[in-house]
Amino acid sequence: MQFDFSGQEPIYLQVANQIEEGIFTGAFKEETQVPSTTEMSREFHINPATVLKGMNILVTEKLVEKRRGLGMFVKKGAYQLILEKRQSAFFEDYVKKIVSEAKNLKLSEVELIKLIQRGFKTNGD
Amino acid sequence: MEIKISEITKKFGKKQILNGVSLTIEPNRIYGLLGRNGAGKSTLLNIITDRIFANDGTVTIDGVSTHEHDELLGKIYLMSEVNLYQKRVRLQELFKASKIMYGGFDETYAKHLCEAFELNPKLRFGQLSTGYRTIFKLIIALCLPVDYVFLDEPILGLDANHRELFYKELLDTYSSHPRTFVISTHMIEEIANMIEHVFVLENGKILVDDDVDHMLSQAYVITGPGETVDQYTEGLNIIGTESLGNLKGNYVFGSLNDDREIPDTVQISRMDLQKLFIHLTSGGGTGK
Repeated sequence: MQFDFSGQEPIYLQVANQIEEGIFTGAFKEETQVPSTTEMSREFHINPATVLKGMNILVTEKLVEKRRGLGMFVKKGAYQLILEKRQSAFFEDYVKKIVSEAKNLKLSEVELIKLIQRGFKTNGD
Repeated sequence: MEIKISEITKKFGKKQILNGVSLTIEPNRIYGLLGRNGAGKSTLLNIITDRIFANDGTVTIDGVSTHEHDELLGKIYLMSEVNLYQKRVRLQELFKASKIMYGGFDETYAKHLCEAFELNPKLRFGQLSTGYRTIFKLIIALCLPVDYVFLDEPILGLDANHRELFYKELLDTYSSHPRTFVISTHMIEEIANMIEHVFVLENGKILVDDDVDHMLSQAYVITGPGETVDQYTEGLNIIGTESLGNLKGNYVFGSLNDDREIPDTVQISRMDLQKLFIHLTSGGGTGK
């Protein structure tokens, strides 16, 4: 995990995002434990209350759950939830930006579509 | 059980050091006490711990004045730059003396800390370097059974590795055994994410008393062409400004006027606690 301490994004949101990313990439598998608040606090010099605030976002989003006396665990189905959430945010988060930058660069719609097709063919090279 | 500091005023001769300082310190939180040199941080800490006396104002715990109240003062510890220890005494003896004074001392934890910092408790206090004197005082502060630990410049003379180790140990002992820590330091960047709440002292007065998250959520940097930036930030609380040719950055503390449209050429970004502190205390803005 890597945190950006420059203030661009609140640390508790980063905690939530980083764990979410960990679940998405399979670093934290479903039904397994995520690092404890103390562990993360200690390792990254972050106040435990801040870590907890981030964790609570994931609890609200039903990605992790607290198991009494054991700690926080990734819920079954968490990967699917993240996938769906990211798919529905894809237009806002990525497509709009790409289109706006394409316009700045005076690329036409047809040219942009061609570039996207090229991206699929070369698998991003 | 909270410490309430009300309207503390302190003068040294004709010089006004503290001017009506009021704040509340709650149980089990980590605070940062920030201020420039001479802002009055150490004086305030010394008054809270009854080492010096205020001209006016009170310090109370649950409504009871702590002044000369041994039982209440026994719940508070201040680690400061002052070396209160005799040079010829061995560290292990000083640990024992602390145990008697405060009615307890976590010897197991002290042993662990001595090993982690590679400090030999058989040494005499006078044999220690500046850094190791700090380490020794930190060990005492972390091992006493007090509810409030005040740390005045706790990392004086510590190298990067020892500072890192100290932060880890502090958060570790805080998690396993919650109590309040108030850290006063100039190394803002290093403690910014460890503290939950911040007090900024400026010219003997409290300038900011806020949760770090909340404080940072109101801090913005507006960059872009000079004229556009000035137009957009007009009427906002500008605490600082930077320019590079016609590229300008205005530092704003407080809410932005969200109704207004953001010009295409203007970028809004965030700042960290240290930047915010510098701009708030450099005399450039009105603070708030």
